[in-house]
Amino acid sequence: MTLADDQPLLVAEGLGKLYGGRVGCLDVSFALWAGEVLAIVGESGSGKSTLLKCLSMQLAPSSGRVHYRLRDQRMVALDRLSEAERRFLMRTDWGFVHQDPREGLRMGVSAGANIGERLMAVGERHYGRIRGAALDWLDRVEIEADRIDDSPLAYSGGMRQRLQIARNLVTGPRLVFMDEPTGGLDVSVQARLLDLMRRLTHGSGLSAVVVTHDLAVARLLSSRMIVMQAGRVIESGLTDQVLEDPQEPYTQLLVSSVLQV
Amino acid sequence: MTISKLLEITNLCKTFRLHIQGGVEIAVFNGLELTLARGEVLAVTGPSGTGKSSLLKLIYGTYRAGAGRIEVVHRGSVIDIATATPRLIGDIRRHTIGSVTQFLRAIPRVPTLDIVAEPLLERGEDAAKAKARAGELLERLAIPPRLWHLSPVTFSGGEQQRVNIARGFAARAPILLLDEPTASLDPANRERVLAMIAEASAAGTAIIGIFHDAAARNQVATRTLALTSPP
Repeated sequence: MTLADDQPLLVAEGLGKLYGGRVGCLDVSFALWAGEVLAIVGESGSGKSTLLKCLSMQLAPSSGRVHYRLRDQRMVALDRLSEAERRFLMRTDWGFVHQDPREGLRMGVSAGANIGERLMAVGERHYGRIRGAALDWLDRVEIEADRIDDSPLAYSGGMRQRLQIARNLVTGPRLVFMDEPTGGLDVSVQARLLDLMRRLTHGSGLSAVVVTHDLAVARLLSSRMIVMQAGRVIESGLTDQVLEDPQEPYTQLLVSSVLQV
Repeated sequence: MTISKLLEITNLCKTFRLHIQGGVEIAVFNGLELTLARGEVLAVTGPSGTGKSSLLKLIYGTYRAGAGRIEVVHRGSVIDIATATPRLIGDIRRHTIGSVTQFLRAIPRVPTLDIVAEPLLERGEDAAKAKARAGELLERLAIPPRLWHLSPVTFSGGEQQRVNIARGFAARAPILLLDEPTASLDPANRERVLAMIAEASAAGTAIIGIFHDAAARNQVATRTLALTSPP
């Protein structure tokens, strides 16, 4: 495979979202290829989460467009998808990991059902296979098999986050959106989650767009980075380029503000 | 570029502008020229602050060139790193330029063997072969197998450096950048690393290294580039 004939998986083109007169994000353009992890960094209110929601069809953009390559290799504009295609993306081909696992999990049903539900949504009906897949994914995210029938309410924050990831990945998505996936977790729990996310993305072809304000997380997980300020992308490049040779005053401030331990 | 030349730098300029410190400008290079052929070991020398590490980072694409060209032979064509897209630079790092930095950067919990094998996996090599190669290198650098399944985060400085060196050598890249590869090693391990550098060079790898230790430098370098502060 050469770079030239390898087409991007997702292309954002002049993407913008206005809340009334206020800018959520503005004029955002970038391309994401299969297997890449892209970090979106910037301070609170810089438009990172708005951008993520526009990319993942949770918010309708005010301007611009997102193109996505379907499994049959057709590149389609997300606002022109058929209802069946849209459902396929939301339920199977994409994952969305929320900062608060309670938003991404159903807290009233067991851990196993949380994973199995996504499989059932794509037509799997065989109980044994669903339970088998749930057990396999619990193992991969390092949750003991004997916790399968527990409610996520009985799980710790770090376990809930790993369960949310398992629920998202059970359908074999090609793209996962993550909004501050390590936010609010202890550092030791964060390391475990980072290790898991690294194993899931490296070499598997899975792509991810990760919103984070934690530059250390971005450094360890992503290969490319975009920096947002006041809704706009002010700098982008390879993660080590942006962090070690930041060009913009705001990026320099951001990088120099990280405390060293 | 002729066939044996792997790297050619022309009129390289780099100035850092520190916006948050009153816009101070620090000029590092102003018209640097350099070529590197197969099998050469170029030692970059000069006092602190003359840009030795910066040169390696410019070649690796971590620092962005202000002006000039940094051309490498990548998969049979000549690519200018100074203007290459981030994605192309990523491909160059997978296939053409290996790097050993002074400090190991790793996610806690990732086993040493995986860290060393990773560059091979990233270029699509078979997992079993990649781990076997990683094991050979670790063994050669005297990291015993009982440590391979541990994260190197808790290793000593010298052990971490050897893990980093094993990772840098794993993919057998045609161009290798070494930033102080022997700095925190004891004499026996220093000799092991110098022997690996000499072997890679004999096999055609083009190497640029920073060696503070003059004896180490004299032992492996085929050429020296002395940097001075820009006027």
